[in-house]
Amino acid sequence: MIRTNALTKQFPGPRDGAAVLAVDRLDLQVEEGQVFGFLGPNGAGKTTTVRMLTCLVGPTSGEAWVNDLKVGRDDTDIRRSVGILTETPGLYDRLSAEKNLTIFARLYEVEDVRGQVEKYLRMLGLWDRRDDLAGNFSKGMKQKLAICRALLHEPKMLFLDEPTSGLDPEAAKLVHDFIAELKNEGRTIFMCTHNLDEADRLCDRIGVMKQRLLVVDTPQNLRRQLYGRKVVFHLRRADPPLVKSIKALPFARDVQTVELATGSKIVVEMDDPEAQNPIIVRKLVEAGADVQFVGELRHSLEDVYLSLIQATRSSPDSQETRGNSDSRRKAS
Amino acid sequence: MNKIQTIIDKEWAEVFKNRVVLFTVIFMPLVFTALPLVILYATHSDPGNSDVMDMPPQFARLCGNLTGAACTQVYIVNQFLMLFMLLPLAIPVAISAYSIVGEKTTRCLEPLLATPITTIELIVGKGLAAAIPAIVATWAGFAVFAVGARFIVTNPAVYARILDPMWLIAVTVVGPLMAVAAVNVSVIVSSRVSDPRTAEQVSMVVIVPLLGVFFGQMAGLFLLDTRFILATAAVLIVVDIGLVYLGVGMFQRETILTKWK
Repeated sequence: MIRTNALTKQFPGPRDGAAVLAVDRLDLQVEEGQVFGFLGPNGAGKTTTVRMLTCLVGPTSGEAWVNDLKVGRDDTDIRRSVGILTETPGLYDRLSAEKNLTIFARLYEVEDVRGQVEKYLRMLGLWDRRDDLAGNFSKGMKQKLAICRALLHEPKMLFLDEPTSGLDPEAAKLVHDFIAELKNEGRTIFMCTHNLDEADRLCDRIGVMKQRLLVVDTPQNLRRQLYGRKVVFHLRRADPPLVKSIKALPFARDVQTVELATGSKIVVEMDDPEAQNPIIVRKLVEAGADVQFVGELRHSLEDVYLSLIQATRSSPDSQETRGNSDSRRKAS
Repeated sequence: MNKIQTIIDKEWAEVFKNRVVLFTVIFMPLVFTALPLVILYATHSDPGNSDVMDMPPQFARLCGNLTGAACTQVYIVNQFLMLFMLLPLAIPVAISAYSIVGEKTTRCLEPLLATPITTIELIVGKGLAAAIPAIVATWAGFAVFAVGARFIVTNPAVYARILDPMWLIAVTVVGPLMAVAAVNVSVIVSSRVSDPRTAEQVSMVVIVPLLGVFFGQMAGLFLLDTRFILATAAVLIVVDIGLVYLGVGMFQRETILTKWK
């Protein structure tokens, strides 16, 4: 589990300049066995947060605990208990895949070095290429090898920084499937990503960050909080009296009609579609409407994310935030 | 200790696949060992037409009852042995420039720093990986020279002067101290540059004092003797402590990740 309390990181600014605030009073809790998605624009402080939690950089103030170990006090034990996939694979190109993993298995004090190396090379389909130089691998294979490296010591917690960045769809799917498998094994996964579809599909909870943590919740709850729950009724034809009768229902809010080439659709916002949908369907059928489809209108996580980020831009301190982002990027 | 051993294994496995490093580690010791032997061979049967006046007068005075030719032979070999001391400076610079800057540019340092290895283990591992080949090459080269000289030099007085305790101290004590200095200069330079060749070239500044001694003796400004070598060793100990302190300070995780460009 991860817990942070007002975790802050400031980097010294350029010569004679003000310090650059990379992470500002981050309060976060990630429960054991969860996949947590950490979203935010470039320079938002995601990588700095991961580096603080993996004891690569020290916090300026605040506290953090990883696997019940305190950052700044139990750093070596924390490093031993977590696995990290860095933004770039960072492999030794002149060494074979097997040698790359053997080195890290020894550094992580793995008991059965050969066994663990073989296990993960086989699991990610690299066993037959074990003697090939890592430098000759494709981007996807390098990423897989870096994932093997992060898992060699069987960490309870994994930090994945952009796990599918630059991968083709097939390689990305393989990584997604593997993350899902790791989740099923009960490992806690903290994942930084720009891929919102990936976050939506894999994460139990997401946090949106821009120096400060803007929100933390499940993707579903975030959608509901921002957009409510909307249901779409596809009809062969939506006559005005029919629409009027739907609008008259006490629980129906924001009823809209859209004409389509194949018919019409009525979009209704409501609090409890599971209970209220049957009432509407019954009413439509009784009124003689031909109901073609009924489904919940799903806003993408991208909509949610963009709304949140745009909201911070229109806030009074937006100028300062924008002004710092370049130097912050350099610092992190 | 296992982690230090792992770092050394990794460094050697990676760095010795680099042709530039391999060339420095193999070719330089071969040249610097062969040169004084060739000089000895070329001058061992000299009938004595070399004049003691060709060398600095202080050196000539030290020759005692050696003939002029023998003294010249000792002088020339001494000069080449001084160049031999380039090995503990040049080899660690070549290795650590490629191991540290190379690792920085390929972004391999972050995953390495994320392991439970301590900073001291990491810097000791990297330092030893760069210094050991240099020390081994220096000692082995000197051993080959000593054995070879035994066969070439016929005058026992000349051989005794060539294998003077001064050179034994220089090779066994000053050599490793120079290697430590070279590794740390390389770490310091590596933190500021982003190309292994630049790191190597800039770090080569460590050979300047040695060249100063070489040309200083040639010009007769001073004379290399056991006292001078012991004083150099003492100065190097102080310099090494300062450089290690600086190097370790620059090799902190946070410094590497946020300040090394």
